[in-house]
Amino acid sequence: MTALARRVPWTLVVFLVAMFVPWVGSRYDTFLATQIAISALFAMSLNLLLGTTGLVSFGHVAYFGIGAYVCGILMKTYAMPFSIALPAAALGAALGSLVFGFFCVRLTRIYFAMLTLAFSQIIWAICFKWNEVTGGDQGLPDVPYPDLEWMTSIPLLGDFNIADQFYVLTLMVVMLSLAAMKRIIGSPFGRMLTTIRENPERASAIGVDVRRYELAAFVAAGGFAGIAGALFGIFNRGVFADYVYWPKSAEVMIMTILGGIGHFWGPVVGAATLVLLNQETTSYTEYWSFVLGAILLVLLFTFPGGIVGGLTAGVAWIRRKRQGAANA
Amino acid sequence: MLEVRGLSKSFGGFRAVSDVDLAVAEGEIAAVIGPNGAGKSTLFNLISGHLQPTAGRVFVDGRDITGVAPYKICGMGMGRSFQRTNIFPKLSVLENVQAAFLVHRGQGLNFWSRSEKLYRDDSEALLASIGLAGRADATAGTLSYGNQKQLELGIALASDPKILLLDEPTAGMSASETHETIALIERIAHERGLTLLFTEHDMAVVFSIARRITVLHQGSVIAHGDPATVRADPDVRRVYLGDHQ
Repeated sequence: MTALARRVPWTLVVFLVAMFVPWVGSRYDTFLATQIAISALFAMSLNLLLGTTGLVSFGHVAYFGIGAYVCGILMKTYAMPFSIALPAAALGAALGSLVFGFFCVRLTRIYFAMLTLAFSQIIWAICFKWNEVTGGDQGLPDVPYPDLEWMTSIPLLGDFNIADQFYVLTLMVVMLSLAAMKRIIGSPFGRMLTTIRENPERASAIGVDVRRYELAAFVAAGGFAGIAGALFGIFNRGVFADYVYWPKSAEVMIMTILGGIGHFWGPVVGAATLVLLNQETTSYTEYWSFVLGAILLVLLFTFPGGIVGGLTAGVAWIRRKRQGAANA
Repeated sequence: MLEVRGLSKSFGGFRAVSDVDLAVAEGEIAAVIGPNGAGKSTLFNLISGHLQPTAGRVFVDGRDITGVAPYKICGMGMGRSFQRTNIFPKLSVLENVQAAFLVHRGQGLNFWSRSEKLYRDDSEALLASIGLAGRADATAGTLSYGNQKQLELGIALASDPKILLLDEPTAGMSASETHETIALIERIAHERGLTLLFTEHDMAVVFSIARRITVLHQGSVIAHGDPATVRADPDVRRVYLGDHQ
Protein backbone atom coordinates (compact mmCIF):
# COMPACT_ATOMS: atom_id res chain seq x y z
CA MET A 1 0.00 0.00 0.00
CA THR A 2 1.19 3.52 -0.68
CA ALA A 3 1.98 5.90 2.15
CA LEU A 4 -1.09 7.97 1.31
CA ALA A 5 -3.47 5.00 1.42
CA ARG A 6 -2.03 4.06 4.79
CA ARG A 7 -2.77 7.46 6.26
CA VAL A 8 -6.46 7.33 5.35
CA PRO A 9 -8.52 6.43 8.45
CA TRP A 10 -10.31 3.60 6.68
CA THR A 11 -12.46 2.64 9.66
CA LEU A 12 -13.93 6.15 9.71
CA VAL A 13 -14.45 6.16 5.94
CA VAL A 14 -16.30 2.84 6.02
CA PHE A 15 -18.37 4.07 8.97
CA LEU A 16 -19.43 7.26 7.17
CA VAL A 17 -20.30 5.43 3.95
CA ALA A 18 -22.28 2.78 5.81
CA MET A 19 -24.18 5.54 7.66
CA PHE A 20 -25.94 6.42 4.40
CA VAL A 21 -27.76 3.10 4.09
CA PRO A 22 -30.94 4.15 5.99
CA TRP A 23 -31.30 7.26 3.80
CA VAL A 24 -30.67 5.81 0.39
CA GLY A 25 -31.85 2.25 0.95
CA SER A 26 -35.08 0.57 1.90
CA ARG A 27 -36.01 -0.73 5.31
CA TYR A 28 -34.82 -4.13 4.12
CA ASP A 29 -31.44 -2.75 3.09
CA THR A 30 -30.98 -1.42 6.61
CA PHE A 31 -31.88 -4.85 7.95
CA LEU A 32 -29.23 -6.47 5.75
CA ALA A 33 -26.66 -3.81 6.61
CA THR A 34 -27.21 -4.43 10.33
CA GLN A 35 -26.70 -8.14 9.81
CA ILE A 36 -23.54 -7.51 7.80
CA ALA A 37 -22.11 -5.15 10.44
CA ILE A 38 -22.68 -7.67 13.25
CA SER A 39 -21.33 -10.60 11.20
CA ALA A 40 -18.32 -8.50 10.24
CA LEU A 41 -17.48 -7.88 13.89
CA PHE A 42 -17.90 -11.58 14.68
CA ALA A 43 -15.69 -12.62 11.75
CA MET A 44 -13.13 -9.97 12.64
CA SER A 45 -12.91 -11.28 16.20
CA LEU A 46 -12.30 -14.79 14.87
CA ASN A 47 -9.56 -13.47 12.61
CA LEU A 48 -7.70 -12.16 15.65
CA LEU A 49 -7.10 -15.87 16.31
CA LEU A 50 -7.04 -17.26 12.78
CA GLY A 51 -5.16 -14.63 10.79
CA THR A 52 -3.17 -12.82 13.45
CA THR A 53 -2.17 -15.54 15.91
CA GLY A 54 -2.53 -18.59 13.67
CA LEU A 55 -4.94 -20.40 16.01
CA VAL A 56 -7.82 -22.36 14.47
CA SER A 57 -10.88 -22.23 16.71
CA PHE A 58 -13.90 -24.34 15.78
CA GLY A 59 -15.80 -23.13 18.81
CA HIS A 60 -15.78 -19.36 18.47
CA VAL A 61 -19.58 -19.27 18.55
CA ALA A 62 -19.48 -20.11 22.27
CA TYR A 63 -18.36 -16.57 23.13
CA PHE A 64 -20.79 -15.02 20.63
CA GLY A 65 -23.50 -17.01 22.41
CA ILE A 66 -22.38 -16.04 25.91
CA GLY A 67 -22.49 -12.38 24.85
CA ALA A 68 -25.96 -12.80 23.35
CA TYR A 69 -27.35 -14.53 26.45
CA VAL A 70 -25.72 -12.20 28.98
CA CYS A 71 -27.02 -9.13 27.17
CA GLY A 72 -30.44 -10.68 26.50
CA ILE A 73 -30.93 -11.86 30.07
CA LEU A 74 -29.82 -8.55 31.58
CA MET A 75 -32.03 -6.48 29.28
CA LYS A 76 -35.10 -8.71 29.31
CA THR A 77 -35.15 -10.41 32.70
CA TYR A 78 -33.52 -7.64 34.73
CA ALA A 79 -34.54 -4.63 32.58
CA MET A 80 -30.98 -3.31 32.60
CA PRO A 81 -30.02 -0.57 30.14
CA PHE A 82 -27.96 -1.41 27.07
CA SER A 83 -25.07 0.70 28.37
CA ILE A 84 -24.60 -1.86 31.17
CA ALA A 85 -25.70 -4.99 29.31
CA LEU A 86 -23.23 -4.56 26.43
CA PRO A 87 -20.05 -4.22 28.54
CA ALA A 88 -21.35 -7.05 30.73
CA ALA A 89 -21.76 -9.21 27.62
CA ALA A 90 -18.20 -8.46 26.53
CA LEU A 91 -16.87 -9.18 30.02
CA GLY A 92 -18.90 -12.39 30.33
CA ALA A 93 -17.65 -13.64 26.99
CA ALA A 94 -14.06 -12.67 27.86
CA LEU A 95 -14.35 -14.47 31.19
CA GLY A 96 -15.72 -17.57 29.45
CA SER A 97 -12.84 -17.53 26.98
CA LEU A 98 -10.35 -17.05 29.82
CA VAL A 99 -11.59 -20.19 31.56
CA PHE A 100 -11.84 -22.35 28.42
CA GLY A 101 -8.82 -20.78 26.76
CA PHE A 102 -6.70 -21.70 29.78
CA PHE A 103 -7.14 -25.35 28.80
CA CYS A 104 -7.18 -24.87 25.02
CA VAL A 105 -3.78 -23.12 24.75
CA ARG A 106 -2.17 -26.12 26.46
CA LEU A 107 -2.86 -28.06 23.26
CA THR A 108 -1.68 -27.33 19.74
CA ARG A 109 -3.12 -27.45 16.23
CA ILE A 110 -5.92 -29.95 15.65
CA TYR A 111 -6.15 -30.76 19.36
CA PHE A 112 -6.58 -27.08 20.14
CA ALA A 113 -9.31 -26.86 17.48
CA MET A 114 -11.14 -29.93 18.79
CA LEU A 115 -11.06 -28.67 22.37
CA THR A 116 -12.53 -25.31 21.36
CA LEU A 117 -15.31 -27.23 19.61
CA ALA A 118 -15.90 -29.41 22.68
CA PHE A 119 -16.20 -26.37 24.94
CA SER A 120 -18.62 -24.66 22.56
CA GLN A 121 -20.82 -27.75 22.62
CA ILE A 122 -20.79 -27.64 26.43
CA ILE A 123 -21.96 -24.02 26.30
CA TRP A 124 -24.65 -25.01 23.82
CA ALA A 125 -25.85 -27.84 26.09
CA ILE A 126 -26.05 -25.44 29.04
CA CYS A 127 -28.01 -22.87 27.05
CA PHE A 128 -30.31 -25.58 25.71
CA LYS A 129 -31.10 -27.17 29.08
CA TRP A 130 -30.93 -24.42 31.70
CA ASN A 131 -34.59 -23.48 31.39
CA GLU A 132 -34.87 -21.07 34.32
CA VAL A 133 -32.14 -18.76 33.03
CA THR A 134 -31.80 -19.23 29.28
CA GLY A 135 -35.31 -20.36 28.46
CA GLY A 136 -33.91 -23.71 27.28
CA ASP A 137 -35.14 -24.82 23.85
CA GLN A 138 -37.73 -22.03 23.87
CA GLY A 139 -34.98 -19.46 24.05
CA LEU A 140 -35.37 -15.92 25.23
CA PRO A 141 -37.86 -14.18 22.94
CA ASP A 142 -38.72 -10.46 22.93
CA VAL A 143 -35.41 -9.00 23.98
CA PRO A 144 -36.23 -5.29 24.01
CA TYR A 145 -34.52 -2.67 21.87
CA PRO A 146 -32.29 -0.33 23.85
CA ASP A 147 -33.67 3.07 24.71
CA LEU A 148 -32.54 5.20 21.80
CA GLU A 149 -34.62 8.31 22.49
CA TRP A 150 -31.45 10.41 22.65
CA MET A 151 -30.87 9.82 18.96
CA THR A 152 -34.00 11.74 17.97
CA SER A 153 -32.39 14.93 19.23
CA ILE A 154 -29.46 14.52 16.83
CA PRO A 155 -30.04 16.46 13.62
CA LEU A 156 -30.58 14.28 10.51
CA LEU A 157 -31.32 11.21 12.66
CA GLY A 158 -34.55 12.66 14.07
CA ASP A 159 -37.01 10.88 11.80
CA PHE A 160 -35.38 7.43 12.00
CA ASN A 161 -37.50 4.50 13.12
CA ILE A 162 -36.21 2.19 15.85
CA ALA A 163 -34.64 -0.29 13.40
CA ASP A 164 -32.71 2.53 11.71
CA GLN A 165 -31.64 3.85 15.09
CA PHE A 166 -30.46 0.42 16.16
CA TYR A 167 -28.51 0.19 12.92
CA VAL A 168 -26.73 3.45 13.75
CA LEU A 169 -25.96 2.19 17.25
CA THR A 170 -24.71 -1.14 15.86
CA LEU A 171 -22.52 0.66 13.37
CA MET A 172 -20.98 2.79 16.10
CA VAL A 173 -20.27 -0.18 18.36
CA VAL A 174 -18.88 -2.27 15.49
CA MET A 175 -16.65 0.50 14.17
CA LEU A 176 -15.26 1.33 17.61
CA SER A 177 -14.54 -2.38 18.13
CA LEU A 178 -12.87 -2.62 14.72
CA ALA A 179 -10.77 0.45 15.47
CA ALA A 180 -9.71 -1.07 18.79
CA MET A 181 -8.82 -4.37 17.11
CA LYS A 182 -6.83 -2.55 14.45
CA ARG A 183 -4.91 -0.77 17.17
CA ILE A 184 -4.27 -4.06 18.99
CA ILE A 185 -3.03 -5.78 15.81
CA GLY A 186 -0.63 -2.90 15.14
CA SER A 187 0.61 -2.77 18.74
CA PRO A 188 3.67 -4.54 20.16
CA PHE A 189 1.24 -7.12 21.57
CA GLY A 190 -0.08 -7.69 18.05
CA ARG A 191 3.47 -8.16 16.78
CA MET A 192 4.02 -10.85 19.41
CA LEU A 193 0.90 -12.63 18.12
CA THR A 194 2.23 -12.55 14.54
CA THR A 195 5.56 -13.99 15.66
CA ILE A 196 3.61 -16.86 17.24
CA ARG A 197 1.71 -17.39 14.00
CA GLU A 198 4.91 -17.33 11.97
CA ASN A 199 7.07 -19.50 14.19
CA PRO A 200 6.14 -20.40 17.78
CA GLU A 201 9.50 -22.07 18.47
CA ARG A 202 11.41 -18.96 17.41
CA ALA A 203 8.98 -16.74 19.31
CA SER A 204 9.73 -18.58 22.55
CA ALA A 205 13.47 -18.29 21.89
CA ILE A 206 13.21 -14.47 21.70
CA GLY A 207 11.41 -14.46 25.03
CA VAL A 208 7.71 -14.70 24.11
CA ASP A 209 5.64 -16.70 26.59
CA VAL A 210 3.65 -18.36 23.80
CA ARG A 211 0.82 -19.80 25.89
CA ARG A 212 0.22 -16.60 27.80
CA TYR A 213 -0.02 -14.53 24.62
CA GLU A 214 -2.24 -17.12 22.96
CA LEU A 215 -4.54 -16.96 25.96
CA ALA A 216 -4.59 -13.15 25.85
CA ALA A 217 -5.51 -13.29 22.14
CA PHE A 218 -8.19 -15.88 22.90
CA VAL A 219 -9.72 -13.67 25.59
CA ALA A 220 -9.67 -10.54 23.40
CA ALA A 221 -11.24 -12.46 20.50
CA GLY A 222 -13.88 -13.89 22.86
CA GLY A 223 -14.72 -10.44 24.24
CA PHE A 224 -15.27 -8.94 20.79
CA ALA A 225 -17.32 -11.98 19.76
CA GLY A 226 -19.43 -11.35 22.87
CA ILE A 227 -20.13 -7.79 21.71
CA ALA A 228 -21.23 -9.14 18.32
CA GLY A 229 -23.46 -11.69 20.05
CA ALA A 230 -25.08 -9.04 22.26
CA LEU A 231 -25.95 -6.93 19.20
CA PHE A 232 -27.23 -9.99 17.34
CA GLY A 233 -29.63 -10.95 20.13
CA ILE A 234 -31.24 -7.52 20.10
CA PHE A 235 -31.24 -7.39 16.30
CA ASN A 236 -33.06 -10.73 16.10
CA ARG A 237 -35.43 -9.74 18.92
CA GLY A 238 -34.48 -12.79 20.93
CA VAL A 239 -31.71 -15.19 21.92
CA PHE A 240 -31.99 -18.86 21.04
CA ALA A 241 -29.85 -21.93 21.62
CA ASP A 242 -29.03 -22.37 17.93
CA TYR A 243 -26.95 -19.15 18.12
CA VAL A 244 -24.47 -21.25 20.07
CA TYR A 245 -24.67 -24.34 17.91
CA TRP A 246 -21.53 -25.39 16.04
CA PRO A 247 -22.69 -24.62 12.47
CA LYS A 248 -22.46 -20.95 13.38
CA SER A 249 -18.76 -21.47 14.16
CA ALA A 250 -18.38 -22.93 10.68
CA GLU A 251 -20.30 -20.05 9.13
CA VAL A 252 -18.10 -17.38 10.70
CA MET A 253 -15.01 -19.31 9.67
CA ILE A 254 -16.28 -19.45 6.09
CA MET A 255 -16.84 -15.67 6.16
CA THR A 256 -13.36 -15.04 7.46
CA ILE A 257 -11.58 -17.33 5.01
CA LEU A 258 -13.76 -16.18 2.10
CA GLY A 259 -12.82 -12.56 2.70
CA GLY A 260 -9.18 -13.36 3.41
CA ILE A 261 -7.43 -13.98 6.72
CA GLY A 262 -4.26 -12.17 5.67
CA HIS A 263 -5.79 -8.71 5.43
CA PHE A 264 -7.41 -6.55 8.09
CA TRP A 265 -10.59 -5.90 6.06
CA GLY A 266 -10.84 -9.48 4.77
CA PRO A 267 -13.40 -10.70 7.35
CA VAL A 268 -15.59 -7.62 6.74
CA VAL A 269 -15.64 -8.27 3.00
CA GLY A 270 -16.27 -11.97 3.65
CA ALA A 271 -19.19 -11.22 5.97
CA ALA A 272 -20.78 -8.83 3.49
CA THR A 273 -20.28 -11.28 0.61
CA LEU A 274 -21.75 -14.22 2.48
CA VAL A 275 -24.79 -12.34 3.80
CA LEU A 276 -25.57 -10.86 0.37
CA LEU A 277 -24.92 -14.13 -1.49
CA ASN A 278 -27.20 -15.91 0.94
CA GLN A 279 -29.83 -13.27 0.30
CA GLU A 280 -29.56 -13.33 -3.48
CA THR A 281 -29.40 -17.06 -3.97
CA THR A 282 -32.19 -17.97 -1.57
CA SER A 283 -34.54 -15.76 -3.53
CA TYR A 284 -33.70 -17.68 -6.73
CA THR A 285 -33.14 -21.21 -5.53
CA GLU A 286 -33.70 -23.37 -2.50
CA TYR A 287 -30.31 -25.03 -3.02
CA TRP A 288 -28.47 -22.22 -1.25
CA SER A 289 -25.94 -24.54 0.39
CA PHE A 290 -25.09 -26.10 -2.97
CA VAL A 291 -24.52 -22.72 -4.60
CA LEU A 292 -22.46 -21.52 -1.65
CA GLY A 293 -20.35 -24.66 -1.74
CA ALA A 294 -19.66 -24.25 -5.46
CA ILE A 295 -18.76 -20.57 -5.07
CA LEU A 296 -16.46 -21.32 -2.15
CA LEU A 297 -14.77 -24.08 -4.10
CA VAL A 298 -14.00 -21.74 -7.01
CA LEU A 299 -12.91 -18.90 -4.75
CA LEU A 300 -10.63 -21.04 -2.61
CA PHE A 301 -8.90 -22.55 -5.64
CA THR A 302 -8.50 -19.30 -7.56
CA PHE A 303 -7.88 -16.97 -4.61
CA PRO A 304 -6.29 -18.88 -1.73
CA GLY A 305 -5.87 -15.52 0.01
CA GLY A 306 -9.62 -14.92 -0.07
CA ILE A 307 -11.39 -12.10 -1.91
CA VAL A 308 -9.20 -9.34 -0.48
CA GLY A 309 -6.06 -11.43 -1.00
CA GLY A 310 -7.07 -11.95 -4.64
CA LEU A 311 -7.78 -8.25 -5.16
CA THR A 312 -4.46 -7.20 -3.60
CA ALA A 313 -2.61 -9.66 -5.83
CA GLY A 314 -4.55 -8.35 -8.85
CA VAL A 315 -3.69 -4.71 -8.10
CA ALA A 316 -0.02 -5.62 -7.61
CA TRP A 317 -0.06 -7.48 -10.94
CA ILE A 318 -1.58 -4.53 -12.81
CA ARG A 319 0.94 -2.17 -11.21
CA ARG A 320 3.83 -4.42 -12.28
CA LYS A 321 2.41 -4.57 -15.82
CA ARG A 322 2.17 -0.79 -15.97
CA GLN A 323 5.67 -0.36 -14.65
CA GLY A 324 6.89 -2.87 -17.21
CA ALA A 325 5.11 -0.90 -19.98
CA ALA A 326 6.54 2.38 -18.70
CA ASN A 327 10.05 0.97 -18.63
CA ALA A 328 9.80 -0.53 -22.11
CA MET B 1 29.63 -18.33 32.62
CA LEU B 2 27.91 -21.38 31.15
CA GLU B 3 28.29 -24.71 32.83
CA VAL B 4 26.75 -28.07 32.04
CA ARG B 5 27.06 -30.98 34.46
CA GLY B 6 26.23 -34.62 33.76
CA LEU B 7 23.57 -33.68 31.18
CA SER B 8 21.68 -36.64 29.67
CA LYS B 9 18.67 -37.02 27.44
CA SER B 10 16.97 -40.24 26.41
CA PHE B 11 14.26 -40.57 23.78
CA GLY B 12 12.60 -43.86 24.60
CA GLY B 13 15.56 -46.23 24.93
CA PHE B 14 17.89 -44.09 22.84
CA ARG B 15 20.44 -41.99 24.70
CA ALA B 16 20.89 -38.95 22.48
CA VAL B 17 23.04 -37.13 25.02
CA SER B 18 24.83 -38.99 27.73
CA ASP B 19 26.50 -37.50 30.81
CA VAL B 20 27.93 -34.41 29.13
CA ASP B 21 30.11 -31.95 31.07
CA LEU B 22 30.92 -28.62 29.53
CA ALA B 23 32.10 -25.22 30.72
CA VAL B 24 32.50 -21.98 28.81
CA ALA B 25 34.20 -19.03 30.51
CA GLU B 26 32.99 -15.47 30.09
CA GLY B 27 33.95 -13.99 26.71
CA GLU B 28 35.21 -17.32 25.43
CA ILE B 29 34.44 -18.76 22.01
CA ALA B 30 33.83 -22.49 22.29
CA ALA B 31 32.64 -25.11 19.85
CA VAL B 32 30.92 -28.46 20.05
CA ILE B 33 31.78 -30.71 17.15
CA GLY B 34 30.91 -34.24 16.22
CA PRO B 35 29.59 -36.29 13.31
CA ASN B 36 25.91 -36.14 12.29
CA GLY B 37 23.71 -37.62 14.98
CA ALA B 38 26.31 -37.06 17.71
CA GLY B 39 23.73 -35.13 19.77
CA LYS B 40 24.91 -31.55 19.17
CA SER B 41 21.49 -30.08 18.46
CA THR B 42 19.91 -32.06 21.28
CA LEU B 43 22.56 -30.69 23.63
CA PHE B 44 21.73 -27.14 22.50
CA ASN B 45 18.00 -27.71 22.95
CA LEU B 46 18.69 -28.97 26.47
CA ILE B 47 20.73 -25.88 27.31
CA SER B 48 18.21 -23.40 25.84
CA GLY B 49 15.25 -25.08 27.56
CA HIS B 50 13.56 -26.36 24.40
CA LEU B 51 14.03 -29.90 25.72
CA GLN B 52 13.96 -31.17 29.30
CA PRO B 53 17.00 -33.22 30.32
CA THR B 54 16.56 -36.73 31.72
CA ALA B 55 19.41 -36.02 34.14
CA GLY B 56 22.02 -33.36 34.86
CA ARG B 57 21.99 -29.59 35.34
CA VAL B 58 22.67 -26.40 33.41
CA PHE B 59 24.06 -23.28 35.10
CA VAL B 60 24.35 -19.73 33.82
CA ASP B 61 26.44 -17.42 35.99
CA GLY B 62 26.18 -20.02 38.75
CA ARG B 63 22.37 -19.96 38.53
CA ASP B 64 20.62 -23.28 37.92
CA ILE B 65 18.43 -22.90 34.83
CA THR B 66 17.62 -26.59 34.29
CA GLY B 67 13.99 -27.07 33.27
CA VAL B 68 13.29 -23.35 32.97
CA ALA B 69 11.03 -22.41 30.03
CA PRO B 70 12.83 -21.15 26.90
CA TYR B 71 11.22 -17.69 26.98
CA LYS B 72 12.53 -17.17 30.53
CA ILE B 73 16.01 -18.42 29.66
CA CYS B 74 16.08 -15.83 26.88
CA GLY B 75 15.33 -13.17 29.49
CA MET B 76 18.29 -14.39 31.55
CA GLY B 77 20.69 -13.39 28.80
CA MET B 78 20.98 -16.47 26.61
CA GLY B 79 20.20 -16.09 22.91
CA ARG B 80 20.29 -18.80 20.31
CA SER B 81 19.99 -19.60 16.63
CA PHE B 82 18.68 -22.81 15.17
CA GLN B 83 20.17 -25.27 12.71
CA ARG B 84 17.18 -25.13 10.41
CA THR B 85 16.83 -21.43 9.69
CA ASN B 86 14.33 -20.03 12.08
CA ILE B 87 12.95 -16.59 11.30
CA PHE B 88 9.48 -15.06 10.93
CA PRO B 89 9.17 -15.51 7.16
CA LYS B 90 6.17 -13.31 6.36
CA LEU B 91 7.33 -10.32 8.40
CA SER B 92 9.77 -7.81 6.99
CA VAL B 93 13.44 -8.07 7.92
CA LEU B 94 13.10 -5.01 10.14
CA GLU B 95 9.97 -6.38 11.84
CA ASN B 96 11.80 -9.61 12.64
CA VAL B 97 14.50 -7.81 14.59
CA GLN B 98 12.06 -5.26 16.01
CA ALA B 99 9.89 -8.06 17.46
CA ALA B 100 12.86 -9.28 19.48
CA PHE B 101 13.59 -5.76 20.73
CA LEU B 102 9.94 -5.29 21.71
CA VAL B 103 9.72 -8.43 23.78
CA HIS B 104 13.16 -7.98 25.32
CA ARG B 105 12.31 -4.47 26.47
CA GLY B 106 9.07 -5.54 28.11
CA GLN B 107 6.69 -4.06 25.52
CA GLY B 108 5.02 -7.39 24.75
CA LEU B 109 1.83 -6.61 26.63
CA ASN B 110 1.58 -3.07 25.31
CA PHE B 111 -1.76 -3.14 23.47
CA TRP B 112 -1.88 0.45 22.37
CA SER B 113 1.35 1.93 20.96
CA ARG B 114 2.14 1.67 17.28
CA SER B 115 4.74 -1.08 17.14
CA GLU B 116 6.15 -0.01 13.77
CA LYS B 117 7.57 3.15 15.32
CA LEU B 118 9.16 1.57 18.39
CA TYR B 119 12.91 0.83 18.46
CA ARG B 120 13.17 1.53 14.75
CA ASP B 121 16.59 3.13 15.08
CA ASP B 122 17.93 0.31 17.21
CA SER B 123 16.59 -2.22 14.72
CA GLU B 124 18.15 -0.40 11.78
CA ALA B 125 21.48 -0.07 13.58
CA LEU B 126 21.48 -3.76 14.38
CA LEU B 127 20.65 -4.67 10.78
CA ALA B 128 23.52 -2.47 9.63
CA SER B 129 25.94 -4.20 12.00
CA ILE B 130 25.03 -7.62 10.59
CA GLY B 131 25.23 -6.43 7.01
CA LEU B 132 21.51 -6.32 6.19
CA ALA B 133 21.03 -2.55 6.15
CA GLY B 134 19.76 -2.50 2.58
CA ARG B 135 17.23 -5.28 3.06
CA ALA B 136 15.20 -3.84 5.97
CA ASP B 137 11.91 -3.72 4.05
CA ALA B 138 12.26 -7.05 2.26
CA THR B 139 10.00 -9.91 3.33
CA ALA B 140 12.24 -12.11 5.45
CA GLY B 141 11.22 -15.34 3.70
CA THR B 142 12.44 -14.03 0.34
CA LEU B 143 16.04 -13.45 1.50
CA SER B 144 18.83 -15.72 0.29
CA TYR B 145 19.71 -18.57 2.59
CA GLY B 146 22.87 -16.85 3.79
CA ASN B 147 21.00 -13.61 4.49
CA GLN B 148 18.34 -15.51 6.46
CA LYS B 149 21.09 -16.98 8.63
CA GLN B 150 22.45 -13.47 9.19
CA LEU B 151 18.96 -12.29 10.10
CA GLU B 152 18.61 -15.12 12.56
CA LEU B 153 21.80 -13.95 14.22
CA GLY B 154 20.30 -10.44 14.30
CA ILE B 155 17.13 -11.68 16.00
CA ALA B 156 19.23 -13.40 18.65
CA LEU B 157 21.37 -10.29 19.19
CA ALA B 158 18.34 -8.02 19.67
CA SER B 159 17.73 -9.69 23.02
CA ASP B 160 21.17 -8.38 24.05
CA PRO B 161 22.41 -11.79 25.19
CA LYS B 162 25.51 -12.40 27.27
CA ILE B 163 25.70 -15.98 26.01
CA LEU B 164 24.96 -16.87 22.43
CA LEU B 165 24.35 -20.42 21.23
CA LEU B 166 24.67 -20.87 17.48
CA ASP B 167 23.61 -24.19 16.02
CA GLU B 168 25.55 -24.72 12.77
CA PRO B 169 25.66 -21.04 11.81
CA THR B 170 27.12 -21.83 8.39
CA ALA B 171 25.11 -24.95 7.51
CA GLY B 172 24.28 -25.04 3.82
CA MET B 173 26.41 -22.01 2.95
CA SER B 174 28.84 -21.69 0.10
CA ALA B 175 32.54 -21.34 0.92
CA SER B 176 32.51 -17.56 0.51
CA GLU B 177 29.29 -17.15 2.53
CA THR B 178 30.81 -19.30 5.27
CA HIS B 179 33.90 -17.16 5.32
CA GLU B 180 31.89 -13.91 5.58
CA THR B 181 29.55 -15.26 8.22
CA ILE B 182 32.38 -16.48 10.43
CA ALA B 183 34.16 -13.15 10.13
CA LEU B 184 30.89 -11.44 11.10
CA ILE B 185 30.28 -13.70 14.09
CA GLU B 186 33.83 -13.25 15.33
CA ARG B 187 33.65 -9.47 15.00
CA ILE B 188 30.29 -9.25 16.81
CA ALA B 189 31.41 -11.62 19.57
CA HIS B 190 34.41 -9.39 20.23
CA GLU B 191 32.50 -6.11 19.97
CA ARG B 192 29.86 -7.25 22.42
CA GLY B 193 32.11 -9.36 24.63
CA LEU B 194 29.83 -12.34 24.03
CA THR B 195 30.31 -15.78 25.43
CA LEU B 196 29.82 -17.92 22.36
CA LEU B 197 29.09 -21.61 22.05
CA PHE B 198 28.51 -23.01 18.58
CA THR B 199 28.26 -26.29 16.75
CA GLU B 200 29.82 -26.68 13.37
CA HIS B 201 30.63 -29.37 10.85
CA ASP B 202 33.25 -27.36 8.96
CA MET B 203 36.56 -28.11 10.68
CA ALA B 204 38.37 -25.16 9.14
CA VAL B 205 35.82 -22.83 10.73
CA VAL B 206 36.04 -24.50 14.10
CA PHE B 207 39.81 -24.45 14.33
CA SER B 208 39.99 -20.88 13.09
CA ILE B 209 37.86 -19.24 15.80
CA ALA B 210 37.18 -21.60 18.70
CA ARG B 211 39.52 -21.39 21.70
CA ARG B 212 38.02 -24.49 23.26
CA ILE B 213 36.50 -27.50 21.57
CA THR B 214 34.34 -30.31 22.88
CA VAL B 215 33.97 -33.40 20.71
CA LEU B 216 30.75 -35.39 20.95
CA HIS B 217 30.41 -38.91 19.65
CA GLN B 218 27.19 -40.90 20.03
CA GLY B 219 26.03 -38.53 22.74
CA SER B 220 29.18 -38.65 24.88
CA VAL B 221 32.15 -36.32 25.19
CA ILE B 222 35.23 -38.10 23.84
CA ALA B 223 37.64 -35.18 23.93
CA HIS B 224 37.84 -31.70 25.26
CA GLY B 225 40.42 -28.91 25.15
CA ASP B 226 42.12 -26.33 22.97
CA PRO B 227 42.29 -26.88 19.20
CA ALA B 228 45.79 -28.37 19.26
CA THR B 229 44.91 -30.92 21.94
CA VAL B 230 41.72 -31.96 20.19
CA ARG B 231 43.41 -32.23 16.85
CA ALA B 232 46.08 -34.51 18.33
CA ASP B 233 43.65 -36.70 20.28
CA PRO B 234 43.78 -40.28 18.95
CA ASP B 235 40.07 -40.97 19.66
CA VAL B 236 39.04 -37.86 17.78
CA ARG B 237 41.25 -38.77 14.86
CA ARG B 238 39.73 -42.23 14.75
CA VAL B 239 35.99 -41.40 14.98
CA TYR B 240 35.81 -38.01 13.45
CA LEU B 241 38.70 -36.40 11.71
CA GLY B 242 39.65 -39.63 10.02
CA ASP B 243 43.11 -41.07 10.12
CA HIS B 244 44.04 -39.75 6.71
CA GLN B 245 44.26 -36.20 8.07
